[in-house]
Amino acid sequence: MTTSFKNAILFDPSQRLKEKGSVVVEGGKIVDVLIDKNADSGKIVDLKGQYLFPGFIDLHVHFREPGQEYKETIGTGTRAAAAGGFTTVCCMPNTNPVNDSSFVTQYIMEKVKQQGVVRVYPIGAISKNLDGQSMAAIHGMIQSGCVALSDDGKCVMNAYLMRKTMEYLKSYDIPVIEHCEDEHLVGKGCMNEGLVSSQIGLRGIPHAAEDVIVSRDISLSAHTDGRLHIAHLSSKNSVESISHGKARGLKVTGEVTPHHLLLTDESLRSYDTSFKMAPPLRTEADRRALVSALQSGVIDCIATDHAPHSEEDKDVEFEAASNGVVGLETAFSVCYKLVERKELTFERLVESLTSSAARIFKFSDRGQIKKGFLADFAIADLNRPGKIDSSTFQSKSRNTPFNGWDVKAQITSTVVGGEEIFNIEKGICL
Amino acid sequence: MNLLGRSLLDIPDLTHDEILFLLDETQKLKAKSGKESPELSSSSGKSLALIFFEPSTRTRSSFEMAAFRLGLRVLNLDATSSSATKGETIYDTARNVEALRPHGMVIRHGGSGIPLQISKLINVPVINAGDGFHAHPTQALLDAFTIREKFSKLQGLKVLIVGDISHSRVARSGFQIFKMLGIKVTVCGPPTLIPPFATELGVEVKYDLDEALPLADVVMVLRMQIERQNSFQIPSLKEYTARFGITTERLDKIKKDSLIMHPGPVNRGIEMMSAVLRDPRCRVMDQVQNGVLMRTVLLREILGVGL
Repeated sequence: MTTSFKNAILFDPSQRLKEKGSVVVEGGKIVDVLIDKNADSGKIVDLKGQYLFPGFIDLHVHFREPGQEYKETIGTGTRAAAAGGFTTVCCMPNTNPVNDSSFVTQYIMEKVKQQGVVRVYPIGAISKNLDGQSMAAIHGMIQSGCVALSDDGKCVMNAYLMRKTMEYLKSYDIPVIEHCEDEHLVGKGCMNEGLVSSQIGLRGIPHAAEDVIVSRDISLSAHTDGRLHIAHLSSKNSVESISHGKARGLKVTGEVTPHHLLLTDESLRSYDTSFKMAPPLRTEADRRALVSALQSGVIDCIATDHAPHSEEDKDVEFEAASNGVVGLETAFSVCYKLVERKELTFERLVESLTSSAARIFKFSDRGQIKKGFLADFAIADLNRPGKIDSSTFQSKSRNTPFNGWDVKAQITSTVVGGEEIFNIEKGICL
Repeated sequence: MNLLGRSLLDIPDLTHDEILFLLDETQKLKAKSGKESPELSSSSGKSLALIFFEPSTRTRSSFEMAAFRLGLRVLNLDATSSSATKGETIYDTARNVEALRPHGMVIRHGGSGIPLQISKLINVPVINAGDGFHAHPTQALLDAFTIREKFSKLQGLKVLIVGDISHSRVARSGFQIFKMLGIKVTVCGPPTLIPPFATELGVEVKYDLDEALPLADVVMVLRMQIERQNSFQIPSLKEYTARFGITTERLDKIKKDSLIMHPGPVNRGIEMMSAVLRDPRCRVMDQVQNGVLMRTVLLREILGVGL
């Protein structure tokens, strides 16, 4: 079946593409890209001058299945992805049981087949049961579909295990992703260590907790020539380390979350657990450094670290509340604020949600508007004022720090393999 | 001055004038009270709930005594054992107590910010009786009162706070009230127990107690929170006492005309020696007595009851 998406602004910064035009889709793939022309073959979808981007790619989500289906499932998680314009997502292994073997990977893949509305790729654990002690069953996981390895949620504290994992993964050419937080330096901390923590009396986590692990892992990457991807960067010093690593030609990449790009520890003054996550929100100086590193390419991509938690997990004492926020449904709208404030270019925003992310996991068939690529699109209206309302989320969970924010740019439609799976008016279309 | 129906969660909830008003009213009440045990009012027709999620003897008894003086009926909820173990959240506990319809709530919790969070959920005034490392506003008020009793002019006075500043809500609320009253604060303790950005909090930091003591008009010694220490913060209590304890020898370094204070309970032999407690400059018992008076005034103003 042929479908033509016409009357769009085709926007793909990786090719410096910003033109009025159409995309023709057949068999789930792009078969033609027409500039300044309206396609007229097959089913016609008139985008009425809206932006058409490659479908967004999120290298870092938590879908909680198996084991914590009360927080999220692959069904609800992928619906949340669809509502945010994400067509490819990679889910972290800290489920219960942990995704540390081909059995769990296959279970996830089966659930994706049954319930997934977007493309899902699991990330396998580095260590068995995330214990940080011994390697998980790596080969089976990769054979079953894992695209990277990580103990995310936990830092690999044993440098020897990290070294050996980097070496082992060279035979597969997939990256290891590190959650950089030295657990001893984190201690009982629950927010950034700084003036705010000193004033409001919550135990702090110094940025050095991240910095030391980023530096350590970059050294290991240099030593092993292994591929290292740093998850959810939060500190200015870490950004500098990555910058140096890249300048040395190392295989180091990094991601940053929308919340670290937009919020600081000042938000913690309310003691609202919607602002509690790991790593914590840091200072304005850190935030600025993250945004400018994203702009310059030192940080490669935006990843949401979508971390759903139930009300019961969050509506407790600050110290006892679970870490994490949901992010898939708000990422584009809130990050567009950085464009409005002229902190980030529109080109770089879209690139960091698409082609830059694709490159890290070597997804060679997506992230660009190109003949032969997957017909996965995010369609946006940049002038559609609205308010973020967590009660309307597709996600099972509501733990967003952005509730009530006024936004201007919104995802209006999401297309996977040429089929519209989300529409802002109709919701999920199946 | 109208404090009726208001919550007191943190010192900045009060204006400078309101603080002076509370100090003045406490002074008047003290003048009226004399040395004898005061007559207790008969029923004011109002009730006060004391919810302590963390153990406390001194602060709780002080609030109870203040409530008795005002003829308030007191509901004592020892939440350290009751609800938490049954799986109820603290917020549900607070909502349940609210449904019992007290006229005010006094809350202590080991987590910073909890009284503030509870005050957002319920419709009765909340008085913070200490939350985590965050605030202990009634202690700050009674300390300010105790200092003013001795020194009529507060502007330019020098207070030295000694001990574990990091984990101290008494110190944090102290910083705020002393700043509002024009009192200069120096903190002294091991660097591992000084909060980051202390200078930005408006205090001077000194690590040498023997150098700091002779300059102070008031020496506030904090309780060594032994339960919160770990072996990475100080090598040993013995070493702590040697460097930061108020020993008999150090008494000589403290100005003749000064005050030595402690929020209690005192770990004798750790942060101060027994001899210090006997020193005429030491006003620990005055602090306890003033605490009841200050809390009586506060409850009177917030709940609108007699005296």
